[in-house]
Amino acid sequence: MIAALRVDKPGLFATLQDLGRPNHRRSGVPVGGAMDRFALMAANRLVGNDFGATCVEVLVGGSGLSAKTDCLIAITGGDLDPRVNGNEVPGWTGLRLAAGDRLQFGTRRTGARAYLAVAGGLAGDRWLGSRSTNLLVGRGGIAGRALHKDDALALAGPPRNAVVGLHLPVAARPTYPSMGLAELAAVPGPQISLLTAESRHLLFRQEFGVHPESDRMGFRLVGETLDVRGPELVSFGLTYGCVQVPASGQPILLMADVQTTGGYPVVAGVVRADLPAAAQLLPGDRLTFRQSDVESGVRRWSALMAGLEAVR
Amino acid sequence: VRIHPLGDAALVVELGDRVDIRLNERARDLADRLRRVTGVEDAVASYCGVTVYYEPEQVSYSAIHHLVLALSPRLRARAKGGRLHEIPVVYGGAELEETAAQLGLEVAALVKMHSDKMYNVFLIGFLPGQPYLGPLPARLQLPRAATPRARVPAGSVAIAGRQTIVYPWASPSGWHVLGHTSVLLFHPNRHPPALLRAGDRVRFVPT
Repeated sequence: MIAALRVDKPGLFATLQDLGRPNHRRSGVPVGGAMDRFALMAANRLVGNDFGATCVEVLVGGSGLSAKTDCLIAITGGDLDPRVNGNEVPGWTGLRLAAGDRLQFGTRRTGARAYLAVAGGLAGDRWLGSRSTNLLVGRGGIAGRALHKDDALALAGPPRNAVVGLHLPVAARPTYPSMGLAELAAVPGPQISLLTAESRHLLFRQEFGVHPESDRMGFRLVGETLDVRGPELVSFGLTYGCVQVPASGQPILLMADVQTTGGYPVVAGVVRADLPAAAQLLPGDRLTFRQSDVESGVRRWSALMAGLEAVR
Repeated sequence: VRIHPLGDAALVVELGDRVDIRLNERARDLADRLRRVTGVEDAVASYCGVTVYYEPEQVSYSAIHHLVLALSPRLRARAKGGRLHEIPVVYGGAELEETAAQLGLEVAALVKMHSDKMYNVFLIGFLPGQPYLGPLPARLQLPRAATPRARVPAGSVAIAGRQTIVYPWASPSGWHVLGHTSVLLFHPNRHPPALLRAGDRVRFVPT
């Protein structure tokens, strides 16, 4: 296969991701996939791919790639100051790269994770129906690891007819954190009643910080301690966006690589429309939970998807 | 039956709150039935409930809610096609003696009690391929260790509360390690990759 892109600088942490492997939870295999699923789908849409085609997920920190052939790309997600041959290029827009062009991600302007789609989608190791990188098992993506210098990224298939310049306007994108602060709509969870009344109030009122020990599995949150009462629970199935409260009283927001099951009380679940905002946080950033409900979450996600479908 | 949302695209059904094989079998029956519903992406049974992952654009929370209420009186508590696995274990290590002492048992008696019992696989989860087995004989029940160990090797067989587990991966552990197995509980090239499935039974064979 002919490489479409080559990794010049891996940066801090760049991986291949798609929408994950949702059908192997019963084997204990996490779904995984893109942290900002909307941004991945949007990037694919802008280059004429299926929503779930494989993209590069770039965490802020200076990743650089060069084009080996002419190709159509789109960059979505956080604004990491992407440049082609040193010149600023617009995000959320289909762009033409010529063979030899160098794409460089710079410092953070907003957000934390950018998505790079290439028309045709990226190839990579497929495991259990997905090319998303699972670091623990060492499968998916490029040998189950983060990208290295000189990795060659090939296309999964031929590009479809797609025009350069497709664009997703700001109004059709998720609300991203502003000044490092995200407001996340969350539905009260199964064990909300194990929180004292005061702690329930705190959960939806206080600002939490994102702890340095945060990763794709979960963000440790720092705030005034939540008081959780009651017996030890038995494990049950979890999902991206669950807010767990361990005995320490410092909650954990479970992210894309969430473990399949857990036994800590789950006091809230962030709705899908606000997971992109969570995915754009870094340690040191802050978030608040706004109490919401299932219906409004579904409405907001439908509106986002309608906006994507309208791109043509 | 209690039903709670988990965000806007998953929900949790609680059939009870005990570690009980009958409840677990009913939960698995419910999960099997829900998995066939259009718009349900997956349904995973746990000890005494089911987490349902669904596409709200295809099937609503309230539709699943009503379906669960209609199905729950008809759930059957019967093991369906569970397989029996014999897992060889080398019992030993510093923690084995410690644990026996804490339980007030001779090491040989602890090994015999742990390996005489046939365990049910209640669920696979947390880490890829990790089984939660039980119930553990009442005489062997201990709370988790106050200070978790930073790392136990893959294959460690451990107990805590009413459960016994095998770690498929090197992992931090607050459980009491009794021994080690060389059986691979998870292999990425196997289909399915986990050796054990919920509903299977396991006996540990001292070697």
